[in-house]
Amino acid sequence: MSATFNLQDELLRQIAAATDEAALEAVRVAALGKKGSVSALLATLGKMSPDERKTQGAAINAVKDAVTAALAARKETLKSAALDARLARETLDVTLPVRETAAEAGRIHPLSQVTDELTAIFADMGFAIAEGPDIETDDYNFTRLNFPEGHPAREMHDTFFFNPKEDGSRLLLRTHTSPVQVRTMLEKTPPIRVICPGRTYRCDSDQTHTPMFHQVEGLVIDKGSHLGHLKWILAEFCKAFFEVDHVNMRFRPSFFPFTEPSLEVDIQCRRDKDEIRFGEGEDWLEILGCGMVHPNVLRNCGIDPDIYQGFAWGMGIDRIAMLKYGLPDLRAFFDADVRWLNHYGFRPLDFPTLAGGLST
Amino acid sequence: MKFTLSWLKDHLDTDEPIAKLADKLTMIGLEVEQLDDKAKLLAPFTIARVISAEQHHNADRLRVCMVDTGEGPPVQVVCGAPNARAGMTSVFSGPGTFIPGKNITLGVGSIRGVESRGMLCSAAELQISDDHDGILDLPADAPVGARYADWAGLNDAVIEINLTPNRADCTGVHGIARDLSAADMGKLKDPGIKQIKGEFPCPVAVKIEAPELCPGFALRLVRGVRNGPSPQWLQQRLAAIGLRPINALVDITNFMTFDRGRPLHVFDAARVTGNLTVRRGRGEQFLALDGRTYALDDTMCVIADERGVESLAGIMGGEASGCSDATTDVLIESALWDEIAIARTGRKLGINSDARYRFERGVDPAFMVPGLEMATKLVLEMCGGTPSTIVVAGKAHGDDRVIEFPIDEVKRLSGLDVPFIEIKRVLGHLGFIVAGKEPVVKVAVPSWRADVHGKADIVEEVVRIVGVERVPLTPFARGEAPRKPVLTAIQNRTRRAKRALAARSMMEAVTWSFVAKAQAELFGGGDAALSLANPIAADLSDMRPSLIAGLVTAAQKNADRGFADVALFEVGQVFKGDRPQDQFIAASGVRRALAASTGSGRHWTGAAAVTAFDAKADALAVLIAAGVPPAALQVVPGGPAWLHPGRSGTIQIGPQNVLGHFGELHPRALEALGAEGPLVAFEVLLDRIPDAKAKPTRAKPLLELSPFQPVSRDFAFIVDRAVKAADVVRAAQAVDRKLISAVGVFDLYEGKGIEDGKKSLAIAVTLQPRDKTLTDQEIDAVAVRIVAEVAKKTGGVLRG
Repeated sequence: MSATFNLQDELLRQIAAATDEAALEAVRVAALGKKGSVSALLATLGKMSPDERKTQGAAINAVKDAVTAALAARKETLKSAALDARLARETLDVTLPVRETAAEAGRIHPLSQVTDELTAIFADMGFAIAEGPDIETDDYNFTRLNFPEGHPAREMHDTFFFNPKEDGSRLLLRTHTSPVQVRTMLEKTPPIRVICPGRTYRCDSDQTHTPMFHQVEGLVIDKGSHLGHLKWILAEFCKAFFEVDHVNMRFRPSFFPFTEPSLEVDIQCRRDKDEIRFGEGEDWLEILGCGMVHPNVLRNCGIDPDIYQGFAWGMGIDRIAMLKYGLPDLRAFFDADVRWLNHYGFRPLDFPTLAGGLST
Repeated sequence: MKFTLSWLKDHLDTDEPIAKLADKLTMIGLEVEQLDDKAKLLAPFTIARVISAEQHHNADRLRVCMVDTGEGPPVQVVCGAPNARAGMTSVFSGPGTFIPGKNITLGVGSIRGVESRGMLCSAAELQISDDHDGILDLPADAPVGARYADWAGLNDAVIEINLTPNRADCTGVHGIARDLSAADMGKLKDPGIKQIKGEFPCPVAVKIEAPELCPGFALRLVRGVRNGPSPQWLQQRLAAIGLRPINALVDITNFMTFDRGRPLHVFDAARVTGNLTVRRGRGEQFLALDGRTYALDDTMCVIADERGVESLAGIMGGEASGCSDATTDVLIESALWDEIAIARTGRKLGINSDARYRFERGVDPAFMVPGLEMATKLVLEMCGGTPSTIVVAGKAHGDDRVIEFPIDEVKRLSGLDVPFIEIKRVLGHLGFIVAGKEPVVKVAVPSWRADVHGKADIVEEVVRIVGVERVPLTPFARGEAPRKPVLTAIQNRTRRAKRALAARSMMEAVTWSFVAKAQAELFGGGDAALSLANPIAADLSDMRPSLIAGLVTAAQKNADRGFADVALFEVGQVFKGDRPQDQFIAASGVRRALAASTGSGRHWTGAAAVTAFDAKADALAVLIAAGVPPAALQVVPGGPAWLHPGRSGTIQIGPQNVLGHFGELHPRALEALGAEGPLVAFEVLLDRIPDAKAKPTRAKPLLELSPFQPVSRDFAFIVDRAVKAADVVRAAQAVDRKLISAVGVFDLYEGKGIEDGKKSLAIAVTLQPRDKTLTDQEIDAVAVRIVAEVAKKTGGVLRG
């Protein structure tokens, strides 16, 4: 008996002493392998008397079970220790910087972002987006819009011209996006509801003027749209665009050759050092011009002004972008300075929607 | 247009406060640009006497003055003005006063240890002139304690309105008063103008040789005048709006200009030879009243006597026949000029006179003769003399305009219900004559409103006067039209292209549509038809044929500022010709230095300079985002001249539809643009993308999944260096289009172990069985065919 126990003690001691899986495997083979010490003991059972086998068998099997269990336990312990050791070796300096996500590094220019905002607002009101060429004829840019030849209002536009052609005509760079309205009226039959965003040009340059800038105009032609609708649309637009609950607007009579009556629109704001807030304050800030489409313009575009009527408005995209986002200098828009773009630009995933918010 | 409150009150009987008048002006379309209410601003400044002026014990330049302000005990003021002295009369302001010229509010101060309880002021500090040499030095009899502004006559508010070009009638105070009276701000004073009887016939005849430039001309002589300074009230009035008083005759013409919008000219009759002729210029040199000489041509209208040109019609008189204090006989001219010719001449010669301002907008033709009468009256009052009769050449009136006006036109266009009686009242105050009964009335337009032609103009008159604020906000029904996308294909492509490129770490630039001619030429442009006749700068002269020039220049500017690794893009218009169909939307990008698409700048994981493949990846990304099916895109070597010939590619959908290019910039192009590499670029034209076919359903085609595992086999081929990877891939793919689902290039090697002029290209071919698992034999058979096909098409041999 004691030999059996001694063997068990010895094996358990060896198991406990095994420091790696190879050593443990050697112990297992030496004990439980074909020629192992426990296997040898088991082999002796066959030669024993039934009674002896009964007692010895139980004892030997107990040794086998104990050794097997100890082996398993030790194996688990060693495996775990080996893993711990491996893990202890496998370290990273996680403070090392990773590459910036491309979609976080890129920027959308404020002009594109604001154009997308405008599109979201007016598309929701049922407006389509119309576009036209930058190089225009005098006819579309001026004459059809009721600018008489030689009229001072034409000169106020500081037009860029191309050289005259052989037939004496000369093309120009559109001074406003209104020729797109002309093209739209000539191509479509009312009802018309479009906005026309685009690039415009005037040879003027100072802190608030650049020879190239951006405008968005709106045009509605049907059989009943009047100044009251125009005021409502612009009020809705201002609330949506500036993301405020209410705005105070002031409509002042003014003059544009292509509208009659013509109005300029101011919105009330508070101007502090670095910011403008809308819907509060005492100052008035001019943001757009508008009016009922002049009967001559309708006629020039093949629309009978006694049957159809409508209104149009126009504003600077650059300007409303500056107002909304506090961009101080128009000229910086066209400088492509990455510091400016990084600061004032928008992330590509910040897509303006009415559902998700224009700027949130 | 500038005027003062008291001037306005000459024409308008009103008690309304200035602020209310100013507000009303703005709200009826005469936008107040500036309201300079001097009375309010200068109210705290009073006249005071300096009792004593002692040297400051601790400052050489300061004096300690005791000042009698006319109220209470003398006040101690520390003053730095060199002219401060005992006994002088000056202007005082106490603590709490806002000093306009310094933009500060005064407090009780201590100056170098001496208390100062106010200030003695200079003209500059009151903003009444630029004089800041010393404190105001008033006459000894100026009443101590009185308000300085009252005493000096400076308390007249000055109003400046930003006049729209249609309102010629409001270039005179009288017209402004008429508008205000219509808007219930008071009663218009309009006493009428009396005819002044001529005592003798006008000895100077007038002949109009250019009636197209001069519809009418009136002239009269006044003999025996005494010219000299005009009366105080007139001088003050002119000075208040920034005009320099000259002499009575000239001041009268300026007065008429601003009072009535009726510019006149006065000739010294002694310096006019013979009769006057209104004719076109004949290339003369003309010395004008501003002391400059102008070259006249036959588009300009002049008034000439027998010696030559005496006046540039409607714009500026001549030096030779101008009135001086010595003038005894004066010819007064009141004429009508063609607006467009005046504008053109003024522009050509660069003259912005008050006369041009009015004549190019169009003066009241019916006021030509009354204006002359009124001026005569002023001349007689101020200078005496005997008037001649008036000679008139041409017309002295405009055309009558009567508009058939349906009353409900107001409601139709404005949405505002204005009762007929109110419409009639408003129009009446403005000088229109309304005749007839509702619903359609006749409206006669006053001669001074050349801007009113039709029904809409009358609606505007009514609405602006009754108030646009009364127009109710009216919700605009969206209608029942289905909610369809409103963006066109190109608009969608544009916005997707921008987001796709920004999502590749690029920053969106917006650069000028025009570039320097040399830059345009570099990119295939520079056509004379696309050159501006009047560019704002020499380097912004030609419409851009490509966005690359602007982007490269911008990238280099950033590099010069210390930001070398930049990735910029722009999506915008390029011009291949001057017709609408020649304008395209390009999407372009540049990457410079270490701004690779896999990460910008130096990094511990490794950093690489940009290569043509960064630009290729950008180009493909933008095209795919804009809707091109990736499988349709082909890339062939080479590109336009501005790209490196060996490191550039062209992206096309078949040879007929080239979408764009990518690659390293050609070193010569870089040099021409003044930029340094490494710099890669791409440009694709979004208009060239074929429209997607309209589909009847939004459902995607059914996904077919094979139950059999795909098998992948690798092949490494040794091919000539010039062999294109795409050809190897295509050859492999062509072996069995059904079975081979993908071919990828996973290794490229040149160098040691590979013969010179050759390269090793390794591809992974994926076989996707559809109806059974492939046997080894079947796989081997395909492999053999792949090797054979690649060898046949490219000469490649399997690497040993």
